Amino acid sequence: MSKLKETILNPIFRNNPITTLVLGVCSALAVTVELKGALVMALSVTVVTGLSSLILSLIRNTIPNRVRIIVQLVVVALLVILVDQILKSFEATYAIDKQLSVYMGLIITNCIVMGRIEAFALGNKPLPSLMDGLANGLGYGLILVIVAIFRELLGSGTLFGIPVLKALGYPGNGLVILPPMALIILGCIIWVQKSWNT
Amino acid sequence: MEYLSLFVKSIFVDNMIFAYFLGMCSYLSVSKNVKTAGGLGTAVIAVLAITVPVNYLLNKFVLQPGALSWLGPKFAAVDLSFLSFILFIAVIAAIVQIVEMIVEKYLPSLYSSLGIFLPLIAVNCAILGASLFMQQREFGNILEAIVYALGSGIGWYLAIVTLAAIREKMAYSNVPKGLQGIGITFITVGLMGIAFMAFMGISL
Repeated sequence: MSKLKETILNPIFRNNPITTLVLGVCSALAVTVELKGALVMALSVTVVTGLSSLILSLIRNTIPNRVRIIVQLVVVALLVILVDQILKSFEATYAIDKQLSVYMGLIITNCIVMGRIEAFALGNKPLPSLMDGLANGLGYGLILVIVAIFRELLGSGTLFGIPVLKALGYPGNGLVILPPMALIILGCIIWVQKSWNT
Repeated sequence: MEYLSLFVKSIFVDNMIFAYFLGMCSYLSVSKNVKTAGGLGTAVIAVLAITVPVNYLLNKFVLQPGALSWLGPKFAAVDLSFLSFILFIAVIAAIVQIVEMIVEKYLPSLYSSLGIFLPLIAVNCAILGASLFMQQREFGNILEAIVYALGSGIGWYLAIVTLAAIREKMAYSNVPKGLQGIGITFITVGLMGIAFMAFMGISL
């Protein structure tokens, strides 16, 4: 039991996929202008990593080694299409899906998904693989949400579109909304986490 | 002139790395020295220049709403665009495999210097991202798609080689302990991105 707990908690805090393994940074930076988009992205990635790890772990003994990358890509692409179509079919999430644009499709090549399949799911039983996938998705989501909180709060003074700092007369800071600032915020988060861990 | 403008724009203004963060994983992990960075950059340019036009044709004649009308009037209402993710990634994986085989057979010296990077490129976000942007921007003809692919590839090459050069120099500087390694790299890329924003608003 404690091993399962370790599998779940380790990727969220100590071995976070973004800050320590530097996986899946591409989309993490692009979708963090607003908290809402970041949350939807985090949930989608968690679902895709969890399910793809589960499916590939179930069929791991039948895949020939040489074509495994293509099999993995097909399974992941199917799951991403499913998530994308589900998001498109509800009015509330349609606008967010439009806003995420190409980054939704880029979950397919998100290194976290492929990395967890290669490193964990192909050598472990289905249940731990599912847990590992979900936990890594959550660890990714946690960083995404932290960066998004900083950027939305300092950039436009709102959270989820509700004025917070703006109500206190904060004029907003255009620099934080610009793409390069996401990198600098992430660099600082890594700094804090590294100093904490050692 | 139109093509030149698109070319310059896709290198500097819409730079894959600094404006869209595409291909970050390999960008950060393979930029430790200039030589390997240059190798990966070249491979990305080559693969982009082949995959984007192929996916452009695929999008135009199979995936777009109404794209199948060349099969007959019955197919005019078919919309297969929901299949684009899986078809694009299949094309990319297949082409990368073919390019790898050709390079291995005819250019063994290039293969030994690029070898390890070629399979990695299939899962590089920059490649799939360029195809998805191509689909989103609805280019008028295939020449535009080729120019766009070459421009983005060269932009990516420039970005990775400059970062590798900075990191080689940075090895001699005194970085705070917790920031060493990946942390300072992120901040460097952020500052480079701000510098690249100076190109914004250029129109030719």
